[in-house]
Amino acid sequence: MDKTLFDKVWEQHVVCEINDGPSVLYIDRHFIHEVTSPQAFTGLNEKGLQVFRPKQTIATADHNVPTYDQHLPIKNALSRKQVSVLTENCKTYGIELYGLGHPYQGIVHVIGPELGITQPGMTIVCGDSHTSTHGAFGNIAFGIGTSEVQHVLATQTLLQFKPKTMRINVEGDLQNGVMAKDLILYIISKIGMGGATGYFVEYSGQAIRNLSMESRMTVCNMSIEMGARGGMIAPDEVTFEYLKNREFAPRGKAWGKMISYWNTLHTDVDAVFDRKLTFHAEDIAPMITFGTNPGMGMCIDEMVPSPEHKLNGETYSFDKSISYMNIDSGTMLLGKKVNYVFIGSCTNGRIEDLRQVARVVKGRKKAPNITALIVPGSRQVEAMARKEGIDKILEAAGFELRQPGCSACLAMNEDKIPKGEYCVSTSNRNFEGRQGPGSRTLLASPLTAAATAIKGYIADVREII
Amino acid sequence: MDKHYLAERMEKFDKLISSVVPLAGENIDTDQIIPARFLKATTREGFGENLFRDWRYDDKGEKVKDFPLNNKKYTGKILLAGKNFGCGSSREHAAWAIFDYGFRVVVSSYFADIFKNNALNNGLLPVQVSETFSETLFRSIEDKPGMEVEVDLKAQLIKLPGMSISEPFEINPFKKHCLLTGKDDFEFLLDHLESIREFEKNSIYTLETY
Ligand code: SF4
Repeated sequence: MDKTLFDKVWEQHVVCEINDGPSVLYIDRHFIHEVTSPQAFTGLNEKGLQVFRPKQTIATADHNVPTYDQHLPIKNALSRKQVSVLTENCKTYGIELYGLGHPYQGIVHVIGPELGITQPGMTIVCGDSHTSTHGAFGNIAFGIGTSEVQHVLATQTLLQFKPKTMRINVEGDLQNGVMAKDLILYIISKIGMGGATGYFVEYSGQAIRNLSMESRMTVCNMSIEMGARGGMIAPDEVTFEYLKNREFAPRGKAWGKMISYWNTLHTDVDAVFDRKLTFHAEDIAPMITFGTNPGMGMCIDEMVPSPEHKLNGETYSFDKSISYMNIDSGTMLLGKKVNYVFIGSCTNGRIEDLRQVARVVKGRKKAPNITALIVPGSRQVEAMARKEGIDKILEAAGFELRQPGCSACLAMNEDKIPKGEYCVSTSNRNFEGRQGPGSRTLLASPLTAAATAIKGYIADVREII
Repeated sequence: MDKHYLAERMEKFDKLISSVVPLAGENIDTDQIIPARFLKATTREGFGENLFRDWRYDDKGEKVKDFPLNNKKYTGKILLAGKNFGCGSSREHAAWAIFDYGFRVVVSSYFADIFKNNALNNGLLPVQVSETFSETLFRSIEDKPGMEVEVDLKAQLIKLPGMSISEPFEINPFKKHCLLTGKDDFEFLLDHLESIREFEKNSIYTLETY
């Protein structure tokens, strides 16, 4: 019988099934960080259990770390404690930790792929919803809660219900100035924030095939923002090329063997999905959000829709949202003054994103009203940016390249947007207060964020590149 | 609540009759349920204090009067929320905060997947109802704030006793059994270590065979 990519990977990992219940699903790789793991270790400790497969769990410190002076002790006592508890736990249980100062440290969803830990056909979990990022390699990757972190630590498995499958096809070619971020914001704006709840999504079609590996990660990253359990893309030459020679990628004979296996990881012609959607890349322009959920997005040159606006029958709390944002229906966001720009996160904190930013910024100056936070996704991204001279281009324009971490994406550290201020952000969530209490987030691509930082107001990048 | 109990073993759930706290609005995300800046703790306790922090308190730390959790009209162990409750971040702290505050049931016409899982893993019952039923509930509670609602897990029924209105709800038989007995996924998985080891012999990405 013809199978979907999802089915193939799922079936490879079912240890056993419970009648009328979930399956015991084997987990190949498990990432942990300081915020959602401490209680899981406490749970193990209380029961006197060991970590079952310590080599298959990889730890880093990212959510709660400062983005400057990382060589000094963390100032905030609670943050410092979380990081030191993680360090202790990793030591006790024999887990590899890429902590602050380690050349491999960075946002968990940036380092997994760049180190070659993430490989096609795997099951990957982490106590973080954007684990869906890793699906770009054709694997089943999803976020879990802390109880489940404990389950994986102790048994390397999880009890999981098989989700439904959805295929999202994007045909055609993306236009100049339109990035993967715009593509996924566009899809979410069409199907809504709960539009894929209960589903695992496979992205396909020419526009997806033509994306680089890093852009594919941006797309899969935001699958969760439409409620999907995860998103995946079948591995191909682009995937293999990206993986080759990475630190933990297979080498020599093993590489060839894995390639033959990875080549089987695609949806068969007659495989059946529970739902199928098609979009056209030509319809997609640079996107920006105007509300307080990622589904409230529009093309940058459109007007903010009216309250009667209903998305696929989803009557979201529209009034509350735009009043929080202090944005009026029927107005344009283009030209709106904003004082903050955040470039970074597991959505858009990779080297290609920084290169795109540099492309806009080069030879220009930051607008005087703008405070910009430019935060690389990992130490390796930071190192590459410095090697390529991107830091110099940024400095010449009046920006500063920070040290890696989640930073203002969730504002657990000092990097917060002040109350009432607008921030054009390359991260993935524009929820109320996400970037600090009272902050107002407008999600966009790195190109749009860079253009805004130069102009001092929301700008259409197509006019300056 | 017995804090130790939560960490050790899930609280059993069978039947609950309680008044309801209604929280209107769709797409309530876990960043609202418990904002990130309160995730710095390394234990599971005390999150209830900061449940819906930025909606419950104003800038000066004063209670926002008309927010349902602060409104004396509304009390009880059942939280009624709008559609797509618990979307966004996977933080289990959201389920802990709701439980720690004293809720045992959340009713919504739609739950985000990860939240639903997290709730079930902590003995917090997510009851998914039809939109019509949810609207009826919201309206009835507005009319009669102290009104009690019965949630019967065994019968998989949610009832408005005074009004002879009820609706069946779905729950997976395995999860139902877990809640009724207080046994959780963890104990089940620990019982399967032998088959997991057996599975690993042919698994591609297991790093070592043990
Ligand atoms: S960058 Fe943001 S979304 Fe990504 S893992 Fe960090 S906090 Fe989560």
